[in-house]
Amino acid sequence: MPTAPDIITVTGVSKRFHLHKEKSLKGRLLGGRRAKEHTEDFWALRDIDLSIPAGSTVGLMGSNGSGKSTLLKIVGSIIQPTTGEVLRRGRLAALLELGAGFHPDLTGRENVYLNAAILGMTRQETDRHFDAIVDFSGIESFIDTQVKFYSSGMYVRLAFAVAIHVDPDLLLVDEVLAVGDEPFQRKCMDKIRSFQEEGRTIVLVSHSADQVGDLCDRAVLLRDGHMAFEGAPRDAIRQLRAGFEEDRRAQEERRSDAGQVGSRGQITSVELLTRDGEQVREIPVGGQVVARVAVDLADVVDRWMMGLTIETAAGQRVYGINTHMAGIDLKRGGGPHEVQFTLPQVPFADGQYVVRIGIAEVPGEMIDSREQAATFTVNSTTPGNGVVSIDTDIAVLS
Amino acid sequence: MQDTDAQTRMERLAQLELKPVGPQRGLVSGTASSLRDIYRYRELLTLLVRRELRARYKDSSLGFTWSLFKPIAQLVIYFVVIGKFLGAARNVPEFAIFVFSGLTMWTLFNEIVGGGAGAVVSNSGLVKKVYLPREVFPLSSVGAALVNFGIQFLVVVAGTVVAGSVPWSLDLLYVPVAVALVVVFGTALALLLSAVNVYLRDVQHLIEIVIMILFWASPIVYSFSFVDHYLKGSWLEQLYLSNPVTLAVLAFQRGMWAAGADQPFPSMFPLRLGIALVCSLALLWGSQRVFSRLEGNFAQEL
Repeated sequence: MPTAPDIITVTGVSKRFHLHKEKSLKGRLLGGRRAKEHTEDFWALRDIDLSIPAGSTVGLMGSNGSGKSTLLKIVGSIIQPTTGEVLRRGRLAALLELGAGFHPDLTGRENVYLNAAILGMTRQETDRHFDAIVDFSGIESFIDTQVKFYSSGMYVRLAFAVAIHVDPDLLLVDEVLAVGDEPFQRKCMDKIRSFQEEGRTIVLVSHSADQVGDLCDRAVLLRDGHMAFEGAPRDAIRQLRAGFEEDRRAQEERRSDAGQVGSRGQITSVELLTRDGEQVREIPVGGQVVARVAVDLADVVDRWMMGLTIETAAGQRVYGINTHMAGIDLKRGGGPHEVQFTLPQVPFADGQYVVRIGIAEVPGEMIDSREQAATFTVNSTTPGNGVVSIDTDIAVLS
Repeated sequence: MQDTDAQTRMERLAQLELKPVGPQRGLVSGTASSLRDIYRYRELLTLLVRRELRARYKDSSLGFTWSLFKPIAQLVIYFVVIGKFLGAARNVPEFAIFVFSGLTMWTLFNEIVGGGAGAVVSNSGLVKKVYLPREVFPLSSVGAALVNFGIQFLVVVAGTVVAGSVPWSLDLLYVPVAVALVVVFGTALALLLSAVNVYLRDVQHLIEIVIMILFWASPIVYSFSFVDHYLKGSWLEQLYLSNPVTLAVLAFQRGMWAAGADQPFPSMFPLRLGIALVCSLALLWGSQRVFSRLEGNFAQEL
């Protein structure tokens, strides 16, 4: 493939919002100076520089309010940046809300045409794709019914079907990929994949680390309107989680400063061992992993539980279990405790895996968690790829 | 095959120029790019007009015919109360046709401004989620108003046929000019007000009152002869005649109301019409510039 041209370049973009704005004429006239003082500036984005090459799939990540949706809207020219410039080429389709512009009193058919026109399709194009759209949505028998009688599932399916048939060079997606039932979701994902193969660029906002790790080849992490990280999705996910963990710690500290509960305990050590008690870093397929976790709890804690999750390096959850699920009651009360998880056969395929450990009160809040408590690598000699390794015999029958 | 798909896409993209996004600020280039944008979305515009009309008479069994009942009811009221009780009809020949042509013109203006001013706010769902040239929303109100006007116009024509005074003179040329003037002036106001309305919701209520006042500031239910008789060509009368809607109403009546051909009429009327049209066009341009200045923040203000 020739080197891809940039499809979006964002230079020095900042966005300021005014909060608490008095909207009425009275407020403006009578409030005068006072109204000015009441407005508060809030920088949703600060000095964002970003360029996205055509054909890539980029995930925008960040906690709530970090500015990722704002950035997506600026790229989609739905809002204007306060400073800076966004350059773009090619045809754009923005999927920020499914069925934006659907009118409840119009039939499905009329809404398809209306929505397609909103997304920039001409009437001829819509005519050409109409059957495919209806087919994709799977609601042929209701297409001439008014949309207000649709179930919410039918509504989003039709909307998604329209959006996916626009022929964009650049698709902006905001948290809308999880719609419909499972077969429909799979259909959507397949469609996104074929979009990628056709060299379309996708920029998506997602809270799902799985989704970003799975779909994207690049990720941008935003924190409080600043670009905190740009690079491989797995690193971005790790940073995002580290950020959450930091926030949680900070909150804990604030709470103890305020003389409230105080720190309720922490994970003191996590070790991955072999049966003989030696440290492991690498195991073969089907090997054993023993995780030994030591914690130190404060006296305020009564019932508590511990959880273990194994993820791929890209952040996809492979397996998770906790003591509550397993029906095991841990010893109550404060002081040091030690818990051991033994996984006698780990059937994972080749790759690096991350172990997360968390402890929480039952019922109640998280006490402590280690996002990357330990990592191990599985070395496999068999061909094939995926998360699980399965012995496969292939016979040529004819 | 898909690889070549991707490749041709890359090659095509590489040839496209990187363009800044969103509405442009320049006075001339900005207008040109806005017009291009609107033209690109012309199909959407017709669909939005249709949506507006469909939605208005949704699920009613008489549907579209309802759009006729309101002006007819108005006609009956004004004909009976003002024409007969107050005696205005005595000096005005064919009073029904006179009132209905005035009302037709007025309804057009009213629907363009009244509907257009709220158009951006009532489509906030779309404004916040999709990029469109936002002008399409007020413009779709203009389109819907024009469709309604078309129907009413047919009623006026039918009325003249029934009354036996079909207007068939050169004065008919005033009709398209009158319509053009109302459309241009009304659209200019609708664009401006729909944008301001996003920031100051009071505008919507203000408009209702101003429109009510303007209704009586044009010779719709009383004839121009009363005004002329009372103001006797003073500067107040000139002020009265500087209202584009008044001029459009007068021009439309001149065209459609054959029985009123001998009624008093402002001097230098074509010149006044021309000036009003030019001023309205300038206002339309200015409104569009203001609109594109303000539209950048629509999504966050709604």
